[in-house]
Amino acid sequence: MDKPTINYHTPRGALAAGARDALGAPIAVLAAGYVGYGALASGFDFPLWLIVASSLLIFALPGQLIMLEMHAVSAPLVLIVLAVSLSASRFLPMTTVLSAMMRHHRYPNWQMYASAHILAMTGWVAAVARVPQLPAEQRLPYFVGFALLCWIACAAASAVGYFLAGQMSELVKLGLVFMNPIYFLLILTGETKAALGRLALAAGAVTGPVAHVFAPQWSLLAAGLVGGSVAYALHRWRRQRG
Amino acid sequence: MGNVGVTDLLVLVLACAAGTYLWRALGVAVAGRLDPDGEIFSWMACVALAMIAGLVARMLVEPVGVLASTSLLERLGATACGLVMYFVLTRRNLLAGVVGGCVAIVLLHLLR
Repeated sequence: MDKPTINYHTPRGALAAGARDALGAPIAVLAAGYVGYGALASGFDFPLWLIVASSLLIFALPGQLIMLEMHAVSAPLVLIVLAVSLSASRFLPMTTVLSAMMRHHRYPNWQMYASAHILAMTGWVAAVARVPQLPAEQRLPYFVGFALLCWIACAAASAVGYFLAGQMSELVKLGLVFMNPIYFLLILTGETKAALGRLALAAGAVTGPVAHVFAPQWSLLAAGLVGGSVAYALHRWRRQRG
Repeated sequence: MGNVGVTDLLVLVLACAAGTYLWRALGVAVAGRLDPDGEIFSWMACVALAMIAGLVARMLVEPVGVLASTSLLERLGATACGLVMYFVLTRRNLLAGVVGGCVAIVLLHLLR
């Protein structure tokens, strides 16, 4: 793992730095998605408090949208929960990688488990780029500062969406929706410096659309498993030859 | 509110929350046995990165929802604007890149 190149001196300093880094693009992108969620949920007769509570408790936008849409067509509870849980399988590789990076004897297990709840894909890409540059005991506080602010902002954005429902034009929605792919594209191409990481990105970009054609529900994790494994195998093969 | 009471909705939300958190907890549990300098860790990082790259490619190539009303050319043009804004015009300012791309997609869609 890389040598620390950034030092916020204290865990508290790292927490504040994480919160500062969340302000801007990460929160704008996440909040835009949750505004859309709040607007949609208000149309499905969810009371405001429950819309906000669902964002805080689930904090996984694709799953929340599946929940709303399946509930709207009166699907059985068990099926809704299965579909939502399936869509959340993407968290497994993300929390594994980030938790392994952030582990430190100073922080008890319950703090690791609690921090996993406020992880979103948006925060993951930013944290995974920054965390290896920090001293080990500053990593978890940095991430918590970052993710906690995102989590609260999303709850607020859900409420904003509830009140904005029906007032957003298609063009505004288009701009908000496009924030997601462009944000990930920029941060991934800009911050992924290792050859192995770049190989994984390229492989995933090919397997993603293909997997979506065959199995939309599983496509995320399937594309990741296939693309990531191919990239990893290629890298090992090249290393052994060179 | 029809036939569905708030209690039913709350149960739905709580069950979905549990089904989501399961995977997060599993990830932390696996991480506890993983060496961050080891080979399995490198492979998992590849899987996670490929997964997100796959999602982005899917959103750009085969979008669903509002984005589906745009053409591939509009999406690629807007992506190029975002890239130029981020890498060339600003010193990797993420917010500028994101806003640039979003303004571009709206303008390109209006102008066609």
